[in-house]
Amino acid sequence: MDIVFDKVGYTYQKGTPFQSRALYDIDLMIKEGSYTAIVGHTGSGKSTLLQHLNALRKPTEGTVTIGDRVITSETENKNLKGLRKKVGIVFQFPESQLFDETVAKDIAFGPKNFGASEEEGREIAERMLPLVGLDESFLETSPFDLSGGQMRRVAIAGVLAMKPDVLVLDEPTAGLDPKGRREIMDMFYRLHKEQGLTIVLVTHQMDDVAYYADHMIVLEKGTVMKEGDPREIFRDADWLKSKQLGVPSAVEFANQIQKQFGWSFSTLPLTTDELAREMKPFLLQKEAERQ
Amino acid sequence: MMDKLIFGRYIPGDSFVHRLDPRAKLLGAIFYIVIIFLANNWATYAVLALFAFTAIYLSGINRRFFFNGIRPLIWLILFTVVLQVLFTSGETVYLSLGPIVISQEGIINGIFIFVRFVLIIFMSTLLTLTTMPLSLTDAIEYLLRPFKLVKLPVHEIALMLSIALRFVPTLMDETEKIMNAQRARGVDFGEGSVFQQMKAIVPLLIPLFVSSFNRAEELATAMEARGYQGGEGRSKYRVLHWGRNDTLVMVAFAVLAAALFFLRT
Repeated sequence: MDIVFDKVGYTYQKGTPFQSRALYDIDLMIKEGSYTAIVGHTGSGKSTLLQHLNALRKPTEGTVTIGDRVITSETENKNLKGLRKKVGIVFQFPESQLFDETVAKDIAFGPKNFGASEEEGREIAERMLPLVGLDESFLETSPFDLSGGQMRRVAIAGVLAMKPDVLVLDEPTAGLDPKGRREIMDMFYRLHKEQGLTIVLVTHQMDDVAYYADHMIVLEKGTVMKEGDPREIFRDADWLKSKQLGVPSAVEFANQIQKQFGWSFSTLPLTTDELAREMKPFLLQKEAERQ
Repeated sequence: MMDKLIFGRYIPGDSFVHRLDPRAKLLGAIFYIVIIFLANNWATYAVLALFAFTAIYLSGINRRFFFNGIRPLIWLILFTVVLQVLFTSGETVYLSLGPIVISQEGIINGIFIFVRFVLIIFMSTLLTLTTMPLSLTDAIEYLLRPFKLVKLPVHEIALMLSIALRFVPTLMDETEKIMNAQRARGVDFGEGSVFQQMKAIVPLLIPLFVSSFNRAEELATAMEARGYQGGEGRSKYRVLHWGRNDTLVMVAFAVLAAALFFLRT
């Protein structure tokens, strides 16, 4: 299921003295099965944009096409449930959406809203918990007795339980420790690879973009500044810095080596693995020079 | 949903009204609302309207804001006016149909009530549009001071007020965030039968309460860590300053009251 934005604009509180334009002239496409990263400075419109992905907000200009549904400013609020099932959103700090008595009931809440029976919901909850790294002993605990990291996992399980085709993640690892962060990001990547889940990731972590994404969208002041392959975009570190964005640490390191030693890498390394591989010829040459 | 509310919002500016002491503005607005009930003929209403429009003019705020402020209440106002017109008996009756009587007095009364509503909304909108919420709480704290004598915990009330005001926008954001998150999980807010609608609110209310409890605990800890031990012996960062213009405004209100007494019949 592709998501296509055509000349999308969004103005908050349109027609009041307080109106403010959050998005304009957005043309973009999120292909089925892709892993798209959306980056941008705070206030660039990322969060507004991602609420368009399942029609929580409707564009004030242009059209958003989600699968075969076309959303315009005139689209009515009815019959959008089907879309919401197909596009799951994990909002920032999703643990604040937990409310039910037990973890099992909370995870089953989404599926039940979309018509699953009590038993099916229970079954889905049992299957989802191990997926996010918790065991079955948590099923009957109250979500409010869990630690912050565990609550986050339960909330994510609640969104995955709806079996979305597209998963939208708004800084899913903000405030987690490095280990939990890695585990959760790897889990999403596994779902992307194994089940062909389309993922849209909004993040400030350029390392995550470099490790996982195959498509990248740079937003600034409400519009798309650049779109394409992360490797291409990270090549221009100065441009990114001028937009108050950084580059992944491997790219930063590689750039330093290039600057200091006049060395040029055959391909720009994005991850530490790639960096290690690309460093080998450089180190060998240095070694040879020393002898 | 709450986007359209103009009521209770502050618009920064630097006009005569903006610079007034919040105590003067608060006292003035309350006084105006009290004396508006003295008015009972065309002349008195004209004087009151003139006063309100002068105040609006001095605030330098676009008039559109004030008319927008009336819009959410227009049905309530019209309902009252219609009741007044239909059920006031008088000497000059135009139409009489059972209990329904349309008389000249009724129509005039309806117009007066309409004007009264509009003027009250104008003045209270003017107060909130030109005064920062925090300044208002400062003013309330100051004006409540005499009640300390009857053991009213004035400092605590003012503190609660300012914390509550500070967290209104934060809670609104939080509400919208949780609403969106639950809508993404398939909840329909505001649809279906009354029972279904009430049930749909549970996944919104519980997280809101839980996060408020957490926030209260964190805020209390942070306040204690910064040495807060109650109102005793605290100094003030924002000091209210009563100037010549404030006295002038109070005199203007006194003159207005005198004029009303003189003109009313």
